[in-house]
Amino acid sequence: MNENDQATDSSARVKLDSTLVGSTVSVSPDQLPESETCLHVRDLSLYYGDKIALKDISMRIPRKRVTALIGPSGCGKSTLIRCFNRMNDLIDSVRIEGRIELNGLEIHDKEVDVSQLRRRVGMVFQRPNPFPKTIYENVAYGLRLSEKLPKSELDDRVEWGLKSAALWDEVQDRLTDSALGLSGGQQQRLVIARAVAVKPSVLLLDEPASALDPISTLKIEELIAQLKADYTIVIVTHNMQQAARVSDYTGFLYLGEMIEFDSTVTIFTNPQEEKTEDYITGRYG
Amino acid sequence: METSEKLPQDSGAFHRQRVGIGSWFKSGDPWIWLTATAVGACIVAVLGLLGLIAFKGLAHFWPADVVTIDYEGDSGRFRVAGEVVQREFIGRDQYLEANSNATAIEGDQVERWMIKSGNRKINAPDFRWVYRHEIVQQRKDRDMIVFERTEWGNAYGKLVDVKEHGQSISFDDPWVELRQRIERVSDLRGQARRIQKGSINRINYRLEKLRLEKRSRELKGVLDHTEIENERERLNAEYVVEEQRLRNIMNQLERDEVVVQIADGRTSTVPLRDIIRAWQPNQMSLWSKLGHYFSSIWIFLSQESREANTEGGVFPALFGTVLMVLLMSVLVTPFGVVAALYLREYAKQGPFVQLIRIAVNNLAGVPSIVYGVFGLGFFVYLVGGSIDDLFFEAAQPAPTFGTPGLMWASLTLALLTVPVVIVSTEEGLTRIPSELREGSLALGATKAETMFKIILPMASPSILTGIILAIARAAGEVAPLMLVGVVKLAPTLPIDGNFPFLHLDRKFMHLGFHIYDLGFQSPNVDAARPLVFATAFLLVLIIVALNLTAITLRNRLEARYRGAML
Repeated sequence: MNENDQATDSSARVKLDSTLVGSTVSVSPDQLPESETCLHVRDLSLYYGDKIALKDISMRIPRKRVTALIGPSGCGKSTLIRCFNRMNDLIDSVRIEGRIELNGLEIHDKEVDVSQLRRRVGMVFQRPNPFPKTIYENVAYGLRLSEKLPKSELDDRVEWGLKSAALWDEVQDRLTDSALGLSGGQQQRLVIARAVAVKPSVLLLDEPASALDPISTLKIEELIAQLKADYTIVIVTHNMQQAARVSDYTGFLYLGEMIEFDSTVTIFTNPQEEKTEDYITGRYG
Repeated sequence: METSEKLPQDSGAFHRQRVGIGSWFKSGDPWIWLTATAVGACIVAVLGLLGLIAFKGLAHFWPADVVTIDYEGDSGRFRVAGEVVQREFIGRDQYLEANSNATAIEGDQVERWMIKSGNRKINAPDFRWVYRHEIVQQRKDRDMIVFERTEWGNAYGKLVDVKEHGQSISFDDPWVELRQRIERVSDLRGQARRIQKGSINRINYRLEKLRLEKRSRELKGVLDHTEIENERERLNAEYVVEEQRLRNIMNQLERDEVVVQIADGRTSTVPLRDIIRAWQPNQMSLWSKLGHYFSSIWIFLSQESREANTEGGVFPALFGTVLMVLLMSVLVTPFGVVAALYLREYAKQGPFVQLIRIAVNNLAGVPSIVYGVFGLGFFVYLVGGSIDDLFFEAAQPAPTFGTPGLMWASLTLALLTVPVVIVSTEEGLTRIPSELREGSLALGATKAETMFKIILPMASPSILTGIILAIARAAGEVAPLMLVGVVKLAPTLPIDGNFPFLHLDRKFMHLGFHIYDLGFQSPNVDAARPLVFATAFLLVLIIVALNLTAITLRNRLEARYRGAML
């Protein structure tokens, strides 16, 4: 019995090793100037009927960085990320208090066109969800909705989207084939291409690799590293190594509360909260 | 080591030990037998039914040999010629009851043949029973001819003479001459028909329109009708010309006659204008019989019926059935799909929506005659009557839409089948994964855009399934149609060359009703019976064909969306 405990401790020390963290950013997001904040969440609470799902969350998500949300199942990470493009509007029983500002504009404002908001804030889901159309039509879907582009420009944008998602080389010869014939990993990159093609400023990734094999996961992570040059990325993951590898900032959610939100380096090497440390070292979750 | 003691001892016996009825039940084998037997019984029943109507219906068109039979009846010796259409055995008692002074017979049963002897005009009845044991002699004369006539059914006899203007003329081969003259007659008959159905019909239609136009002008207080009167006179003049043409053709049709000697030795003169076809079955080869067979089937499919539906074809009924089913599909699809979309996509799910859903499901169980009564009361009298009041005032008091017709029949059947479409569309909508909706919404699509671009295309196989079920139900439905638009004999098809080409107000004929009419309302049951089978078989084929079309379409769509469905 004693041997086991010691084993956990030693592995915990390994997990707290800063070499696992891919990012060098160490500034706390709260210390960043307002101009570098993309999404500003203020006192956000969310209720499913009477049940509270998110409690008083405040955070500043920095622009053109990768922000990871981690936490055990049911802690509210997906609920939180779905607030950013108002996907929770689809659920009748949801009630939201507090504010979320995108570049200083309140997204719940009556003046806001939800469709326009969602074009600015793209989203990729856990299970690859390509439409039962051709590869080309999948990427062109969002473009056809918002912009009336001539055929040649549409072609260019589709190509650009697929290149941004590192998929162009694999599919350029079969754009008119059904997207359902692609592998899981390719489908997920297609969905990212579809989201990127409409040129959003924020990309929300809700456990984008959890349904994929390790090789496909690696490709998605590489893609995230490329995309952060142009987009503010928020990623939900249960995989802590993944969060450490890809993100600049990490938020730890527990039972609907934001326990700690700081640079990934700080969270993984020197967490301020005991709960964060417990989670990262594998005591629960 | 300690734990292994808790494991059960390996006895080594895996083979079946118990034998007997109990273990047989336990094995589950009886279930397999029971279920397989049930399926087998269904297949046998369906195939048996189809086989029966197919055989009885299709055999009717075969040019059977004409048998000349001499038989000794109670009241003397007779000769009859015709086709043997049925052979059956009846019990001795039944025979004795029908023939009180019957001669002694051997055995328990008596065989009798039904002879279709035709010649209804001079030698009724045209179907007669002959007892096998009374037959003295039977033979097949090679020169027996069957005449198919426009009136009075078939005639059977031998060719005696062909006359022109009442004068007999000598011919090298009267049979060849007769066939040439029949061809001429059918050519003339075609011309007459084209004039009647074409120009005369068109002129009458325009005259009726003019009458209505004049009436509606009168109602508006316009008193100057010169324009209309001029047009009417022009049409009347045109009519006189056409009528004269028709009369000329009719006169030409009267030219020839044929003298036929029937089996009992009498001769009869038949005007050639009455004769549609003539053939000599006893000397036809198999190939010419086959040719005749298929041309008979073609006539059945492509021509109008004659003689209170007991002769001729079923084309108007076939046309009416298909048109009505297609119209019904066109009406029911948007209606059902829109209702299902609202129930599944927009309505707030709760007990009230659930109640509506249950009500919709139960609507499918309402007896169809109830829909017929509703259609008559609501569509025909209320809606149709209002349409007449509003738009067809000139035609009053004669109803235009306020009377049963194609439109109301299609609408009534659409109402009857809408629950099926709603239920299967809803089922399709629930099968579409929510990820796809969210995926579309997350790209900035509105709910409506998502609906039209993602949801509806993906639900289309289910919608088609609904339509398939609706067609299957509607095509076989007769009872409500009798109240809202189907008639025994419709003078015109609902589609013709007169604007607006599709006449939704017209009454139409329907195969289902045709079967009922032939089988139960016919003045000549024996003549109609084979047509009942043939028409029933045709109706089944039509339903199968309509369904197969829809099923093929659905399978193609399904293949496209298969990977994305739950």
